[in-house]
Amino acid sequence: MDIIIENLTKKYGNQRAVDNISLKVATGEILGFLGPNGAGKTTTMKMITSFIAPDEGRILIGGRSLADNPNEIKKNIGYLSENNPLYEDMPVMDYLNFCAEIQGIEKTRTPERVIEMIRLTGLNREKHKKISELSKGYQQRVGLAQAIIHNPKILILDEPTSGLDPNQIAEIRKLIRELGREKTVILSTHILPEVEATCDRIFIINKGKIVADGTAETLRKQAQGSDILRVKIEDGEPDHIFKSLQKIKTVSMVEFADRKLNKFDIHCTAGEVKREIFNMCVDKHWVLTEMTPFETKLEDIFRELTMN
Amino acid sequence: MKTIWLITRRELNSFFDSLIAFIMIVLFLGFSGFFTWISGSDIFMIGQATLRGFFSIAYWTLFFFIPALTMRLIAEEKKSGTIEMLLTKAVTDRQVIIGKYLATLLLIAIALAFTLPYVITLAKLGNLDAGGTLCGYLALLLMSAAYTSIGLFTSSITNNQIVAFLSALFIGLFFHIIFQIIAGGMTGIIGQIINSLSVTVHFESLSRGVVDSRDLIYFGSIVFLGLFLTEVSLAKRNAYN
Repeated sequence: MDIIIENLTKKYGNQRAVDNISLKVATGEILGFLGPNGAGKTTTMKMITSFIAPDEGRILIGGRSLADNPNEIKKNIGYLSENNPLYEDMPVMDYLNFCAEIQGIEKTRTPERVIEMIRLTGLNREKHKKISELSKGYQQRVGLAQAIIHNPKILILDEPTSGLDPNQIAEIRKLIRELGREKTVILSTHILPEVEATCDRIFIINKGKIVADGTAETLRKQAQGSDILRVKIEDGEPDHIFKSLQKIKTVSMVEFADRKLNKFDIHCTAGEVKREIFNMCVDKHWVLTEMTPFETKLEDIFRELTMN
Repeated sequence: MKTIWLITRRELNSFFDSLIAFIMIVLFLGFSGFFTWISGSDIFMIGQATLRGFFSIAYWTLFFFIPALTMRLIAEEKKSGTIEMLLTKAVTDRQVIIGKYLATLLLIAIALAFTLPYVITLAKLGNLDAGGTLCGYLALLLMSAAYTSIGLFTSSITNNQIVAFLSALFIGLFFHIIFQIIAGGMTGIIGQIINSLSVTVHFESLSRGVVDSRDLIYFGSIVFLGLFLTEVSLAKRNAYN
């Protein structure tokens, strides 16, 4: 099932929490939804899950309007909301049973689904405990289990890895990737490496407006034309090396990274620069001991797009 | 229908798991039993095989207990955010409201069912008016239905349970006594209208053993209005209706 969002707007008072957003998510795509706090991520997700209605615009899911048949469409959506609210007084098994049945799974099939979810999310040892007795990480797994128990075609995950330890994060990411093969996934997060690790496409919003949409690669290319190289050149005077580096045509800027160790950061435009630096060192009998390319980090792109 | 029952069952389980149900039943039976059998103008003092005394005690105990049962129904879910989890599943607002409503009413019915031994005892002791007793229970149930819907509504307008409890009591107080008092000082058509708004008037006419369609319509309208307003208040989060 694909998701088409057209000119979506949501106002809280005078403030436009979501401002004229249009977006298409194809079937089987994992979309990373980024933005600073208060950018409108959660509001958008609440509109897609039909918890709240948009003021303007419309949402089509699988070609059908969400406004016209929310109840049919809701069966196809699995939602893990931001702070993962759960009925804490219920044991894990009972809670998952309730979720399965209320999502319209036949009664004969619910035990099988519940057991599968418990296996998938690694809750086997905790399954008889009350949800309030679980640690945050395990509660997050219960939240994920209730979102996928009815095998929805669309998954909306609002910060799915918050509160998890690194091992659990790796597991959940793997799970999301697996689920994303056949499902359409929208995932919001603050953790930028997570987006790169799990998502096919990145979507950044700020103050309710779209500021970037594309793969991590295209965003990098858009962000800045320049690559950064860190080089360490020995056997020469730092200032001499500095000047020589500046003379290379494709180098746009040179900075001292560490003057004592003869380390330099080189901003350059084209790929030939590495050869030229090497050739220069050979000519002058300097020894090149380190050359590390720095990619423009997603963090930098994010900051650039969302800071004014 | 199945969805409503699922919500009702979960809600009822939650009443029993959190001990609220047991406390409610024990207190209700304690109060009503004490005043029906042991103290005040109890059955042995009146010397008649009638449950009128029990009905008037239950009339007051339920008035205070029902807001305590209903206060958490929606307010708690709003506070913890589980309402979002629930309403984004394949359920409608109305199913959730009716499910929760039925759960509370069912719990009250269970509490009332525990007073069945009173009826049996009295029937053995003397000549019990079966019709009157049945009407008394019906009156209690209808009154509970009305106050439950008011309680559910006040629970939906806030995420603070105490606020929900107190506003339910406040609104209930009008129906329970204030309308009757106001009407007492008035004459003419306005007085009659206000008087007919009082739960007490309808309760008494029912528990006297007369099933009048006006009483049924009266309680039915309060239930409907309460549930309707609850739905409006839930939809205020700005959802599709």
